[in-house]
Amino acid sequence: MSKLALKVTAVETLSPLVKRFRFESPTGAPLPVFSGGAHITVEMPEGEIVRRNSYSLISDPYDGSGYEIAVRREDRGRGGSRHMHTKVREGDEITVSAPANHFQLDLRARKHVLIAGGIGITPFLSQLKQLGMEQKPFELHYAARSREEAAGLKLLPGAAHIHIHISDEGARMDLGAILDGQPLGTHVYTCGPDGLITAVADQAARLGWPKTSVHSEAFTAPPPGEPFEVVVKSSGKTVTVKADQSLLEALEAAKVEIDYSCRGGACGRCETHVTACDGRILHNDHWLSEAERAEQKTIMPCMSRFKGARLELDL
Amino acid sequence: MPNAEFSPSIDSRPTYAGLVSQGAAHGIMVADDAGAEALCDLAGSDASVMDHAHVLLVGAAAGTVARIEALKPRALHGAPDLDAATPLIKRLLSEARMGTHLYLAGSEGLMGLVSALATAEGLPLDAIQMEHRGSIARRMQCVHCKGITEDVTTDPFICSHCGLTLFVRDHFSRRLGVFQGVCVDAEAPGEVPETQEIRA
Repeated sequence: MSKLALKVTAVETLSPLVKRFRFESPTGAPLPVFSGGAHITVEMPEGEIVRRNSYSLISDPYDGSGYEIAVRREDRGRGGSRHMHTKVREGDEITVSAPANHFQLDLRARKHVLIAGGIGITPFLSQLKQLGMEQKPFELHYAARSREEAAGLKLLPGAAHIHIHISDEGARMDLGAILDGQPLGTHVYTCGPDGLITAVADQAARLGWPKTSVHSEAFTAPPPGEPFEVVVKSSGKTVTVKADQSLLEALEAAKVEIDYSCRGGACGRCETHVTACDGRILHNDHWLSEAERAEQKTIMPCMSRFKGARLELDL
Repeated sequence: MPNAEFSPSIDSRPTYAGLVSQGAAHGIMVADDAGAEALCDLAGSDASVMDHAHVLLVGAAAGTVARIEALKPRALHGAPDLDAATPLIKRLLSEARMGTHLYLAGSEGLMGLVSALATAEGLPLDAIQMEHRGSIARRMQCVHCKGITEDVTTDPFICSHCGLTLFVRDHFSRRLGVFQGVCVDAEAPGEVPETQEIRA
């Protein structure tokens, strides 16, 4: 995975829980451009461990002068977002991956309907710029609990086809009204909590939308949990996964080669075969099917954990 | 003529699973004379499917039109050929709402063209039902001059635009709704294999 050594050039508080960060090349060299919905993986070294979290890019996809992300502080998470909020300052050096996109627009669509819940607004911010540039019809619906928490308000342009739904003000989002009667060839994209993604998919299915017109990106960071051990088959080495570490992070710390991309259980890149499992895999990803989960023959190390006597991975 | 069984080929080659009623959903149905038979079978499996269907028959005989009329579709339109039908197909697609199903039946050329029009409007391929009926003639694009030759039944064939002798490939452009024809004697001009009828 190609990496970029950048400099933090701006940190801005958008809401009590969300900060915006801007990264630029220290030499002023242009950065690779990307497509709307792309993310970068940010490295957060802390003592001996390196945490890596993926964040959607919110800046203009065609602007190589810098990358911007918005990070919501998750106090019950593994500490990645807390690190971003408390440790990262203007002028710091920071290592990020080149952009990758698992949530791109389907450019064959005649119209795009974007539905964001909370911090799920972030991938749409770069998509909005791409849609504007390409002059594609779209509407965006942004739902948040309160105006204070809605960090996206500071980042969204005011436009007739950008709709804000603040539930504290009684303006809840009505998915039926949004999806019903859209022109043939419309695609819908949802990013936010699982409940919202499921609700949009269910509503679209009820209205007879084809499955391939319905896209989503779940916003998930690996959950912390109880520590556990895994055995690496090729070397016989036992790796301990700490409470606030993901299995992928523990393997990386132990110098075990493993490929990854989204680090959020969505892209499937880190899928790993399980060669022995005496216990229960705690699947937290969006990649494996129910049947694959039940088999316990594969695991997504970026998200999932284990509880039991022995887990051996084909690595 | 029954639904042709095409021999297995590369992934690019379209396959046609047949029409299945989507019940009370709105429908746009496009068929040629042979394909109209598939619409009759569809209505036979679920008569209510016609209550919400706009049917467009392309180059259908008077008797065929009468048979479809008897199924009482919500609307019935006719056109002498695909060129004449295209503006109407585009209008139906542009006025339709999400949840509308597209049913295509007949030659590969008709299904290829209409599905290309529909995907250009943003409709995913998995929302399009197709059933092959009638001739196995192909709509071929010359990869050299980009001209399209209709109703190709032999391999090789002569491009009706640039005159090259073209090999009939199973490589299919979903964007254009055409199979690809490639110069058969580019390496050794004049060495042309014997012409044969294309097979399913």
